[in-house]
Amino acid sequence: MDVLYLLVPLSVLLVFGIVGVLAWSVWNGQFEDIEREGERILHDDDERPDDSR
Amino acid sequence: MHQGIQGENNVSTSIQTTYNDKVVRQFAVMTVVWGIVGMLVGVVIAAQLAFPALNFDVPWLSYGRLRPLHTNAVIFAFGGCALFATSYYAVQRTSHVRLFGGPLVGFTFWGWQLVIVLAAISLPLGYTSGKEYAELEWPIDILITLVWVSYAIVFFGTLATRKVRHIYVANWFYGAFILTVALLHVVNSAAMPAGMMKSYSAFAGVQDAMVQWWYGHNAVGFFLTAGFLGMMYYYVPKQIGRPVYSYRLSIVHFWALIFTYMWAGPHHLHYTALPDWAQSLGMVFSLILLAPSWGGMINGIMTLSGAWHKLREDPILRFLIVSLSFYGMSTFEGPMMSIKTVNALSKYTDWTIGHVHSGALGWVGLVSMGALYYLIPRLFGREKMYSTRAIEVHFWVATIGIVLYAVSMWISGVTQGLMWRAVESDGTLTYSFVESVKASYPYYYVRLLGGLLYFGGMLIMAWNVAKTIAGSRPADVPVLAAPAHA
Repeated sequence: MDVLYLLVPLSVLLVFGIVGVLAWSVWNGQFEDIEREGERILHDDDERPDDSR
Repeated sequence: MHQGIQGENNVSTSIQTTYNDKVVRQFAVMTVVWGIVGMLVGVVIAAQLAFPALNFDVPWLSYGRLRPLHTNAVIFAFGGCALFATSYYAVQRTSHVRLFGGPLVGFTFWGWQLVIVLAAISLPLGYTSGKEYAELEWPIDILITLVWVSYAIVFFGTLATRKVRHIYVANWFYGAFILTVALLHVVNSAAMPAGMMKSYSAFAGVQDAMVQWWYGHNAVGFFLTAGFLGMMYYYVPKQIGRPVYSYRLSIVHFWALIFTYMWAGPHHLHYTALPDWAQSLGMVFSLILLAPSWGGMINGIMTLSGAWHKLREDPILRFLIVSLSFYGMSTFEGPMMSIKTVNALSKYTDWTIGHVHSGALGWVGLVSMGALYYLIPRLFGREKMYSTRAIEVHFWVATIGIVLYAVSMWISGVTQGLMWRAVESDGTLTYSFVESVKASYPYYYVRLLGGLLYFGGMLIMAWNVAKTIAGSRPADVPVLAAPAHA
């Protein structure tokens, strides 16, 4: 099962990568006002071109 | 509906940028087209299992060649186009910016279509690397890599140029799906070419099996789950008109899923030459996965809380919410099947096929169709789909189809499992293999009927989409100004 020596380190590296991204997102302030963020996409509606145009 | 965008940012000198919806339209329409092709091939091979004479003794019509064509067409052509379309739409809207990458955007569309066409030609001709869900030969694998890297550049470039500080949760899911699929594809497809359409895997024997299922399960986890969860987190709240039940939970859902999914693959190799500890590790992580999966499912469904009546009036919402209940069902069933004692019964039987299809038809299929019904009118400048009644009919036809499919395969699978393990008191097997095949026939007819219904629903959708698009003059939509608090 030599391939596990590739897959396990690869997965561990990946986890470190994920931890890095998680740390970035926390320190970057991604989660500072999160309940409001859920709501914001509802206000992103386009100006709808009406059919008559 | 929209915020006062002319407020502070009306720069009259510059030409207003618009969203790149052309590529979204292209992918959305092709989702429907490839859906029909992939599901038709599915119906054909279901019919071949029920009536073997339908192989016609023609090599390129035989089950062995058409089956990978079916899986590739529904997963990568139908599912892939749906993910491209919905992610390109959502990332622009949530980032308030036009898609990054210029000509690369068009390349992702035409390149992906070329991959699909090459698959549709090479698989029936018998060219295959023999790796499940990664059958395509090395030249096509290289093209996939190029398209996928372009997709990553377009998606992450758009995120990097976003005008809104926060990255909406759907984009996290889409992003994880794009990155992980790139990694999985490159490692699993590593091979030594031996001619234009022939190659040998870089790994051998049980090593190759482990890499294959590390890929295979994560393809399910990231292509068919994370990607479509991104879809869920954008289109469910939009269709309901309410924010997701708990945004906090959606963040926890994302990180928990990302941290645990990678390790679940070995459950595909229970009772094989894979070392026991690796099998058990895969089983434990599969069981852990139940928690984030159900957290996400509950979060999606509870977004409707206080507005349940909408489920009665809005068939599009019904697609989205029922898809979530199938997500819940298959993410419960999956961990159960990964328990080694349960797996001893279910392994190699039709139960697995039933499990996969309740996830594929129920979760992936329905959520894509719901998102498309949301998108198509908006993309083509229409108030709504041509026929709401047809959406309603599609929903019921598809749902009945899924139930027939899943239930028949469960019964068939358990029957097979029980017959294979039955032994006489003297230790000999009670049934020969062919007796279990014979016992499965009635369920194969029911499965064919279920598949036909689901395929029929897709035809109704195609008609409805064609009617909605016909004569429309899609207009470019200006990019929204960044909100004041961003």
